[in-house]
Amino acid sequence: MYNNQKIVDEVVGQFGDKAFAFEEPFGLLTFSTLPGNLVDIVRFLKEHKELKFTFLTDITAVHYPDHKDRELCSVSHLHSWENGLRVRIKTFVPISNPSVPSLTPLFDCANWLEREAFDFYGVNYLGHPKLERILNMDEMDYHPMRKEYPLEDATREDKIDALFGR
Amino acid sequence: MSVKMVDAPDGLEGAGFFATSLDKVIGLARSNSLWPLPFATSCCGIEFMATMASHYDISRFGSERPSFSPRQADLLMVMGTIAKKMGPVVKQVYLQMAEPRWVIAVGACASSGGIFDTYSVLQGIDRVVPVDVYVPGCPPRPEQILDGLMQIQELAKNESLRRRETEQYKALLDSYKIL
Repeated sequence: MYNNQKIVDEVVGQFGDKAFAFEEPFGLLTFSTLPGNLVDIVRFLKEHKELKFTFLTDITAVHYPDHKDRELCSVSHLHSWENGLRVRIKTFVPISNPSVPSLTPLFDCANWLEREAFDFYGVNYLGHPKLERILNMDEMDYHPMRKEYPLEDATREDKIDALFGR
Repeated sequence: MSVKMVDAPDGLEGAGFFATSLDKVIGLARSNSLWPLPFATSCCGIEFMATMASHYDISRFGSERPSFSPRQADLLMVMGTIAKKMGPVVKQVYLQMAEPRWVIAVGACASSGGIFDTYSVLQGIDRVVPVDVYVPGCPPRPEQILDGLMQIQELAKNESLRRRETEQYKALLDSYKIL
């Protein structure tokens, strides 16, 4: 039976320091990698004879405006049905060039997940077959979950800042 | 059981004839047979279902037939949060309705965006279509929705037949880029 430490041993044994920043918040094994190594690591985990991380449960993004040159983070969640294990792989990229390789060649379900992360954060998934907005209206000209944009609707004129604590 | 009839409009009545103005007759007919088109997206729509059902019974006001095609509807009832992506759909439904047409914004979201002051939500349907009656509430009680309907009835009853040809009305539609 595998546990988090054995996954770490397997990944480090195969990729060395290409996988780094291992942590275990709430028991969920998490590590980082560079965009260039993401697909190789995910393929290794998916095609490993015993680990069998055959289920991509989620792809999302995070915006850290204070992290210079690594402002955007694309997060992939993998699940191994047979071993009942999960891992989370983070990839940090600069907001000026937020390019992350797409996981669509490995998992078809990455298609919509990556479109959503692109829609809300502007992460550019290289190799994605149709990187268009999926939830917001097509006319939207920014990525609303980035922290420089206000949550409120910008066109509303009847709300006075002082009354709403802004 | 007694059948309630609408009062006849003011007019000249004699043996075998009744004379009144065409405006009043048509207003009477329109106001007591408004066919609503429910455009329900969230919890206000649930309140509308109660309004429509036997307990509150919107058909007592002549709205016996909720029209799920805009072509035969007189009254667009927008109930619930309208996302910005949904805005063009509301507008298209309005465009498909034939004149005369009225619009009720039911609930805080349809009226003003409500609590959803956020980038993805339309801040009131009056951003895309002209609205006749706003029903406040989150969600409003069925009684309030009925009150909104009765106000539309008043509008329909007292509207001049020429109103839809006036410059003001054309300017109103023009401000929404509706031809």
